[in-house]
Amino acid sequence: MSVKDIKDKTPPRTMPIQSATFSNPINAEIRRAAATGIYDIRGGGAKRRVPHFDDLLFLGASVSRYPLEGYREKCDTKVTLGTRFAKKPIELDIPITIAGMSFGALSGPAKEALGRGASAAGTSTTTGDGGMTVEERGHSTKLVYQYLPSRYGMNPDDLRKADAIEVVVGQGAKPGGGGMLLGQKISDRVADMRNLPKGIDQRSACRHPDWTGPDDLEIKILELREITAWEKPIYVKVGGTRPYYDTALAVKAGADVVVLDGMQGGTAATQDVFIEHVGLPTLACIRPAVQALQDLGVHREVQLVVSGGIRNGADVAKAMALGADAVAIGTAALIALGDNDPRWESEYQKLGTTAGAYDDWHEGQDPAGITTQDAELQKRLDPIEAGRHLRNYLSVMTLEAQTIARACGHNNLHNLEPEDLCALTMEAAAMARVPLAGTEWYPGKPGF
Amino acid sequence: MMQTYDLQANSLRDLNAALHAQANDTNQTSWEIVNPRGSHAVAVGLDAPIEVSVKGSTGYYTAGMNKQATVHVHGSAGPGVAENMMSGTVVIEGDASQYAGATGHGGLLVIKGNASSRCGISMKGIDIVVHGNVGHMSAFMAQSGNLVVCGDAGDALGDSIYEARLFVRGSVKSLGADCIEKEMRPEHIEILRDLLERAGSDAKPEEFKRYGSARQLYNFKVDNAY
Repeated sequence: MSVKDIKDKTPPRTMPIQSATFSNPINAEIRRAAATGIYDIRGGGAKRRVPHFDDLLFLGASVSRYPLEGYREKCDTKVTLGTRFAKKPIELDIPITIAGMSFGALSGPAKEALGRGASAAGTSTTTGDGGMTVEERGHSTKLVYQYLPSRYGMNPDDLRKADAIEVVVGQGAKPGGGGMLLGQKISDRVADMRNLPKGIDQRSACRHPDWTGPDDLEIKILELREITAWEKPIYVKVGGTRPYYDTALAVKAGADVVVLDGMQGGTAATQDVFIEHVGLPTLACIRPAVQALQDLGVHREVQLVVSGGIRNGADVAKAMALGADAVAIGTAALIALGDNDPRWESEYQKLGTTAGAYDDWHEGQDPAGITTQDAELQKRLDPIEAGRHLRNYLSVMTLEAQTIARACGHNNLHNLEPEDLCALTMEAAAMARVPLAGTEWYPGKPGF
Repeated sequence: MMQTYDLQANSLRDLNAALHAQANDTNQTSWEIVNPRGSHAVAVGLDAPIEVSVKGSTGYYTAGMNKQATVHVHGSAGPGVAENMMSGTVVIEGDASQYAGATGHGGLLVIKGNASSRCGISMKGIDIVVHGNVGHMSAFMAQSGNLVVCGDAGDALGDSIYEARLFVRGSVKSLGADCIEKEMRPEHIEILRDLLERAGSDAKPEEFKRYGSARQLYNFKVDNAY
């Protein structure tokens, strides 16, 4: 019997089909969990696909609106944060700030690079869990000092050196969760700043040690203002969960600025299940928060800073069109510095991953030398060059946002409005409360 | 010369501004605050070797983030007294509410009465002496420094403690996770003797037991996650 004869007699068979529910990545995680007995810890934000700014489009000008000339006509980008109560509000040249990231999670040179890049672009950077470093203060013309549950490194001298204070209630990657800096990243310097022995895991509490609830927060903010002579803007940062109520309560507690971080916002380390399954997409947070500010009559008086998945000027413009006064970037800033760069692919491979997917930031073995305290790895990041890259990136984002704003007929990024937008999906239309493309309708719109 | 400040007639802002204006070599070293009426944030952020006497009870965060100064409250203090203190001395003649001495980095906090829950939470080097009892979850995640309790301690003392030393003369209702009784060695007796003397307590160091970390939670293991 020839081969041809055998083939002819083989009956048709069903193709092997991978389960959508039990996909290869899911099955691999089941096997990993079964083998190790420990949940997966990683850095970064949600990797799953969620409704996002990509699901929105700008309408642009036409007969009913006329555009501004793309390169010549003014389109202002300045923003002032902290105008409500602070004697010394922060004035930024661009509405894109650098989000809080800790020294400890990041190397000293990485923090320096963030300060250099942000300062060159005329914007602010932010400390993180672990206190304020000399490098960061020295290279940041405007530095926001985070006031976190752990209070690692917290002291009144640094509080007074800050340009603003950010009371961190939560973050988008893990709203309701604390943090952990694993022992392998605890160098002598990190340990000293945190008043703990070298080499042990440092837990960051999930809630503040000396206040609970909005009434206490109001008194805590009073204390911080009294210590700093009412000069510093006080931000309150919340993870995206109940944005309407959290924003309203932050306003009630006396915040000058509300920072709202969606689930795509990154963290140095937490459980993967937390990152992927707790909190709201950034897109779903903005309109309820703006609604709260409007209901209280303080939209634009209390500024709203939105973070979590901001990648380009279009994202900036969309967030601002939905009502944000500014945005903050973390993950994108690290990528601009050199994080997950394919130039280190061979080393990512050795760590069992690939460029673009590396997220074991907590292990301190970052080939790019950013999320590490290893002295040799740190040398791979030149803070001057990396700072220049960040400045360039911030500049490009600003130019992109201006391009869009002009095309919509606005001479100020803050004049962008929801009416400039439409949505590509029902979900995005519902979350952003802008019409589905080609219609006048969005889910929940009154009158329909 | 004693400077007297009436909080009923003048604002909290003006009080703290006046206290902040005192330099290291000020000759206005003695201040008296009358009619505090439970005000919050009284004498916060001080940074000069001055003595501040508060005649009455105070609200939240009295003497918060104190450096150098001695603040003496002739009454009781609300939540978070001497929170994040860096140095200096704070004395409460009456009772203290929750979170007394929270996250303090240094200095001495003396509470002549009782302290409520979470006394010394996340303490980072401060010394706290409580003449009476402390409530539940005291010294939670306490990193360093000394907490001395001349009376009894409530539930879950020293839960998730790091390197702070806890001394209790009376009973401990329960110990928190990773907190154990430890041997009282001669150097601990000396530390305790000094603290009790500075805090004006006549308790005997030998009457105390010492508690601290078993150091079993210091590095993440799966069994610790339950």
